[in-house]
Amino acid sequence: MFAPGVEFKMLVNGLNFFYGKSQALYDISITIPTNHVTAFIGPSGCGKSTFLRTLNRMCDTVENTRLTGGVQLDGEDIFKLDVTALRRRVGMVFQKSNPFPKSIFENVAYGLRVNGGLSRSQIDEHVERSLVRAALWDEVKHKLHQSAYGLSGGQQQRLCIARALAVDPEVLLLDEPCSALDPIATSKIEELLLQLATSCTIVIVTHNMQQAARVSDYTGFFLLGKLVEFDRTERIFQNPSMKETEDYVTGRFG
Amino acid sequence: MNDATRTKYRRMVSTVMLSATGVCAVGIVGVLLFILGYLVINGARSLNVAFFTELPRPAGETGGGMANAVVGSAKILGIATVLGVPLGFLGGVYLAEYGNRTFAFVVRYTVDLLNGVPSIVVAIFAYTLVVMRVKHFSLLAGGMALGLMMIPIAVRSTEEFLRAVPNGLREGALALGTPKWRMLATVVIPAARDGIITGIMLNLARVAGETAPLLFTSFGNVFWNRSIQQPSAALPEMVYRYALSPYEAFHAQAWAAGFVLLMLILLINTSARLILMRARSGGGR
Repeated sequence: MFAPGVEFKMLVNGLNFFYGKSQALYDISITIPTNHVTAFIGPSGCGKSTFLRTLNRMCDTVENTRLTGGVQLDGEDIFKLDVTALRRRVGMVFQKSNPFPKSIFENVAYGLRVNGGLSRSQIDEHVERSLVRAALWDEVKHKLHQSAYGLSGGQQQRLCIARALAVDPEVLLLDEPCSALDPIATSKIEELLLQLATSCTIVIVTHNMQQAARVSDYTGFFLLGKLVEFDRTERIFQNPSMKETEDYVTGRFG
Repeated sequence: MNDATRTKYRRMVSTVMLSATGVCAVGIVGVLLFILGYLVINGARSLNVAFFTELPRPAGETGGGMANAVVGSAKILGIATVLGVPLGFLGGVYLAEYGNRTFAFVVRYTVDLLNGVPSIVVAIFAYTLVVMRVKHFSLLAGGMALGLMMIPIAVRSTEEFLRAVPNGLREGALALGTPKWRMLATVVIPAARDGIITGIMLNLARVAGETAPLLFTSFGNVFWNRSIQQPSAALPEMVYRYALSPYEAFHAQAWAAGFVLLMLILLINTSARLILMRARSGGGR
């Protein structure tokens, strides 16, 4: 299914995940290709967000959960990596934009300051570059030191993307990043993802099947905690091999 | 009953209930206004510049002030804040951000119990622990008694305001590879800052009027307090002593002290609420 010459950034092997006694993910095995956009679709509660959150171990923050199976990043077991180091390499953008109650500049600079080791002018440079990459620079360059809360919803979400990009992650996870945005803001973020995919591995979870079709190279379909099918995006939408996938993408349920 | 009489009946019940609750509400405000008015009339009349600049005069003489009690109260409250707030604040951070297990439950329950301990019991405790040991009353002991009383509210108000910080901010910071302590120090606590400060101020206003713990600890003093090891005057304690005295001039001074104390508490309360209002309307900095 993968085009020849594709490399793999992350490898998931036999992943099971439990919230208390209820199992949320069943035996997920998948490879995430480097510098491509991989999308996951499926009805609410099917485990796609949970799956995404295991990739940067955000699932660790939830009490009373258990995980079996393996996840590798460039061949290294992520559960053996230092969790802060892992999250610097695997960034995340959330469904609800969550800028910090700080200025626009400080939001983007946050991760850089946490990492340390950069001079003031280097931080300025990184902030500008990240805002440019997130297609937000022109809209905010004259008000970098104003509160991030003055931005519109779409701008706040792009600010969160800029904040994640500032630390140069190798992988960017996005959890339904456009679910609260209007079509114009959505199309801006989609364009952005296509550009970013030239230098960054993107994994996006979305409710919106058109969005998956528009931005992704590969699509996985989740249902009831299982990965039903994973293939090139055109195949998933035009000629899926599983009946459930076909039912879902043609709108027969879900 | 047909529809018309039923509607009429409902309207009548509604009117009666609305009037009853209204009367009660007015009554509550009335009580407060009555106390305030009484204090303002009697207190403000006895208040003059000398109150803030002079020491108390002996019985029989008129004039004089309570400068030593004003300063004494300030010092005692300062010590109480220094001792009680950091402990309560860090405890609140623990409960909100780290403790989700049995131990946290025990801590929370203990703190609530501590909050319910009568101030006179706190007084005896401080008396036994500090005053009995060093064999004399001291300002420090008074500050420690009030500081102890500040801990439970500092814990719970810090915890509440930290819990009100959206979880998305925590996740956003953690997802950038931020260690947890740093996420708390640079994102969550600053986001809750105004609320936490408000909680501390209301806490301070609450203990500012405490009398019983001071009678056993800082005791009182008609002269300046020279050292925190020595007894000190304080406003609520002065109100208590002067109001019980048989002298008319002392009663006037007690009213003035009560008035000053109330104004101080009102001032702290109002500024705390202003900070909170500012925090709730936007919070952008």
